[in-house]
Amino acid sequence: MLTKRIIPCLDIKNGRTVKGVNFLDLRDAGNPVELAQFYAENGADELVFLDISATEEKRKTLANLVLHVAEKVNIPFTVGGGISSVEDVDVLLQCGADKVSINSSAVKRPELINELSAKFGSQCVVVAIDAKQVDGEWKVHLVGGKVATELNLFDWAKEVEKRGAGETLFTSMNNDGTKNGFANEALAKLSEDLNIPIIASGGAGRMQHFADTFKEGKADAALAASVFHFKEIAIPELKEFLNDEAILVRM
Amino acid sequence: MKSKEQKSSPVGGNKGGLVIINYGAGNIQSIKFAIQRLGFEAKLSDDPEEIQQADKVIFPGVGEASSAMKKLKATGLDQLIPELTQPVLGICLGMQLMCKHSEEGDTKGLGIFDVEVKRFSNQVKVPQIGWNQISNLQTELFQGIKEQEFMYLVHSFYAEKCDEMISETTYDVAYASALKKNNFFGVQFHPEKSSQAGERILDNFLNINI
Repeated sequence: MLTKRIIPCLDIKNGRTVKGVNFLDLRDAGNPVELAQFYAENGADELVFLDISATEEKRKTLANLVLHVAEKVNIPFTVGGGISSVEDVDVLLQCGADKVSINSSAVKRPELINELSAKFGSQCVVVAIDAKQVDGEWKVHLVGGKVATELNLFDWAKEVEKRGAGETLFTSMNNDGTKNGFANEALAKLSEDLNIPIIASGGAGRMQHFADTFKEGKADAALAASVFHFKEIAIPELKEFLNDEAILVRM
Repeated sequence: MKSKEQKSSPVGGNKGGLVIINYGAGNIQSIKFAIQRLGFEAKLSDDPEEIQQADKVIFPGVGEASSAMKKLKATGLDQLIPELTQPVLGICLGMQLMCKHSEEGDTKGLGIFDVEVKRFSNQVKVPQIGWNQISNLQTELFQGIKEQEFMYLVHSFYAEKCDEMISETTYDVAYASALKKNNFFGVQFHPEKSSQAGERILDNFLNINI
């Protein structure tokens, strides 16, 4: 049977990991390749690299990083952060990325989703959606939740699927950073509305939160950063826990 | 780091090496790197002569079936591949193109495997993305791989169960996640992305002698 996926997310700036990862016995804690290898060897099902740098050399640095990750890491990985054209994606896929994740650029120009899925196949197009619940309505936000749009989360998610996204990564800005659990109600509705896999993001704090998002939120995968990077949750233990909760995971 | 098993022999044979068919459809870099991690070198090529002389051939593929088939036809590879006599491994769309026909774009395949490729129903999420299990494992391709091992899969279409099936997976229906006929192998999953077990399958392929 298909298993639920656990996905650590690595924030990257100028080719280095941003968040503290000093718990690991790595020679170089800021080296994304070493961190990726550590996670791959310790039960992660996939990895996401989110590039938050804003330099001129960004494209080149990111492509170079992707090449080094692909060389060393034997599980799939997604690359996101500032990707806005077919050419950007072409370079990253050629360097060995399995999927790319687009966010603001898809909101600004939704045709990009069609173009990418037509050229590279929907399987490598992840559309990330950041949304915040404002007065009872889920509104899509941009720039890490800072800029509100008029788009309704569920309408946008359906459009994203129709345009050819292979997966969607939903981050609840209300939950992100709270460590109080994922936005399971919205996630469950997304899962009902859409027929593509949904990755839950934002709010992971305890192992129970992962079980909840798979059961109540009907998520296909769960993404988290700090709980893994600060070793608050170790993936092998998390998987044992989920297995005991009768949730299918790769052991 | 866990220690890797020692490699017994170079890519069976000794002249043409391993060639990954490069026809502009897919993530070939990952396959090349996985082969490197096993201690071998792979050549990327679309040159018929080079492919013909290889000791082993990997036929990758990601994307849409009919456009990939067009690319094969444009270079005459659709004629060449079924004629190959050395071990050939089709991966993902590569495996599907080796079948008789695919529902995707109503595409006539290379006809190596006598099986139809169909789309998953909307009873399940499509594409299937993630780790699923392989069982009923047959042939030396799966030597050292345990039943119910997990492999990484990304696909919307699947090969039906058939006589040529050497591994079975269930999603929506039970289907063939690997096929074999004579010197031709095909796997729906991505061994190059399936952790150590996937690398073992690639290694097994590299050590096959026909």
